[in-house]
Amino acid sequence: MIANLWHYGLVVVLMMTGLYIVIAKRNYVKKMMGLAIFQTSVIMLYVTMGKVTGGTPPIFVQNDDGTLTEGIVYSNPLPMVLMLTAIVVGVATMAVGLALVVRIKEAYGTVEDDLVTELNREDEARRHLSAAAQPIKESKS
Amino acid sequence: MTLDQLPVLVILIPLLTAPLIVLIRTPAVVRLMAIAAAAASAFCAAMLVARVGEPISYHMGGWTPGIGIELRATKASAFVLALVTGIATVALLLGTRGTRLDVRGTSDRSDATGGQRSREHLYYAAFLTCLVGLCGMVITGDAFNVFVFLEISSLSTYALVAMGPRRRAFSAAFNYLVLGTIGGTFVLIGIGLLYQMTGTLNGPAISARIQEIGDPRTLHVAFGFLFVGFAIKLAVFPLHQWLPNAYAESPSAVSSFLAGTATKVIYFQLIRMCLVVFGADYVFGTLHFGSILGPLSLLGMFAGSLAAIYQLSLKRLLAYSSIGQVGYLTLALSLGTEDGLYAGLLHLGAHGVTKTGLFLLASVIIAHVGTDRLASLNGLGKRMPLVAFLFVVGGIGLIGVPGTAGFVSKWALLQAALAGDHLFLAGAILVSSLLAVMYVWRVVEVMYFREPPERAPLRPGYDWGALAPAGLLLGLSIAVGLYSEPICVYMRSAAAQLFAGGGAP
Repeated sequence: MIANLWHYGLVVVLMMTGLYIVIAKRNYVKKMMGLAIFQTSVIMLYVTMGKVTGGTPPIFVQNDDGTLTEGIVYSNPLPMVLMLTAIVVGVATMAVGLALVVRIKEAYGTVEDDLVTELNREDEARRHLSAAAQPIKESKS
Repeated sequence: MTLDQLPVLVILIPLLTAPLIVLIRTPAVVRLMAIAAAAASAFCAAMLVARVGEPISYHMGGWTPGIGIELRATKASAFVLALVTGIATVALLLGTRGTRLDVRGTSDRSDATGGQRSREHLYYAAFLTCLVGLCGMVITGDAFNVFVFLEISSLSTYALVAMGPRRRAFSAAFNYLVLGTIGGTFVLIGIGLLYQMTGTLNGPAISARIQEIGDPRTLHVAFGFLFVGFAIKLAVFPLHQWLPNAYAESPSAVSSFLAGTATKVIYFQLIRMCLVVFGADYVFGTLHFGSILGPLSLLGMFAGSLAAIYQLSLKRLLAYSSIGQVGYLTLALSLGTEDGLYAGLLHLGAHGVTKTGLFLLASVIIAHVGTDRLASLNGLGKRMPLVAFLFVVGGIGLIGVPGTAGFVSKWALLQAALAGDHLFLAGAILVSSLLAVMYVWRVVEVMYFREPPERAPLRPGYDWGALAPAGLLLGLSIAVGLYSEPICVYMRSAAAQLFAGGGAP
């Protein structure tokens, strides 16, 4: 029983590692790394799901005369196909996320969550305190 | 012939227009293309609403469901489609004049890295892609497709939010991205576990298999992952942290669009997950889902509305109010009855229309006053009487005063709560409406009962491009409030159809 389920343990460990990094680390780049690990764990979950004991790769096995061989067990290809899409989604997420990190670095000069939060608070305070004198200009960042 | 293709056209038109926009780039042309695409999509959705009776099943590429992907248009999904595409069209119209100043990189006022080259086409492309994702999620009958479309809409939303005028938009977008990706991945895990148990990704087929396999632990886990994933994207109370910043910092046209559509579409997914995929008996009978969702909804209703009272800027106030309104939506679902679902669907429409109208007004105000700080809006009732008046109309819609669409839906919700003997819930709905009175009154007080500042630069003339759509939406809310018969009949049958398992064959 347990011997057959070890891959789930692996998935869970990977998943929790990723999630922990996302939550605990204050650095935006590290957060993105955590997200990548988290997403990868799901890919593993799906791919292991498609494994059928004793299954061959899902390509039709033919006899010499061209007919299909009976009694062949194939692995399930669908989860792998799904994961191709999920990988694309993951790559796109990484691209958007890292692009945002670059813009944050340009705008704030830092990618540490604490510092960015601090600067945001200062922005907000400035917006609500000093803006009374010049209502139009304050919307410029 | 073409009418049979309606379900796919809703998605296909904006999907094909988005890359064309990126290639064409000329600002004046792409603006028209984007509006035309959204309007065409809205037209298709409206045709679907008119045609749908029994669920329309569209087989992608001619493959039968189970092997290929099925698009399913039920009464409820056709309505949500019409709402989403309609709001998108309106929000795009808004993006056509002075309010565009709000979007980074599209104005003459260049930002740090934007230079002088217009990047307006990217804005429109991202907008349409987001629309594709939202529509696709609503109409697809395939569980994995839901995830793909969810990510399509989310990724373009992150980009849109990041186009906001202040640098805080970047950090808002990043936090949304991190939370949104966790949510999306949770949904993916849930779908994976469902597939593992049932061997299919087609919604009705999963549902049929679930009835056969009984009640294994894996199903509980799958439900948990799916719920938490959707709850993050829906901003159910303890998972709402991303929403206020994302709505308040994004460009005005984007916040109008998102406020009316994004959470509504996810709400519809939650409904479908509970009623169509898992089945009402399993979700509310075996899992007692109502006793989890109900308290969270109540907390959301109060926390959101209370926080809204203390906000210093208009868009942030409206954003927190949205969290409160999501509470009503999920409360309606948590009742687990057909009446509750009917109220939820009504509120989905009522709140979508009203909140979009209010955000549109906020963007008019920003375009003229230059800020949405409440302190700068003193005496706006005298300076911009029409805008202030419309804002009051929208505000009473949020509260649920008789004569607005908000009243129709809240009344239905109250009746549903009373029908289930939930006196406590009915009381909570009334009390939280009083909180809505308080935050709306704060704006009214500032606008009407304070003197306008002496030296107050105000851009002259009304921006009709933004005001007309806002007036249209709020007028619609009043019209539904005064004559709610047709929409109520439609929603009744939509709720009945969903409750019977989405009209599964």
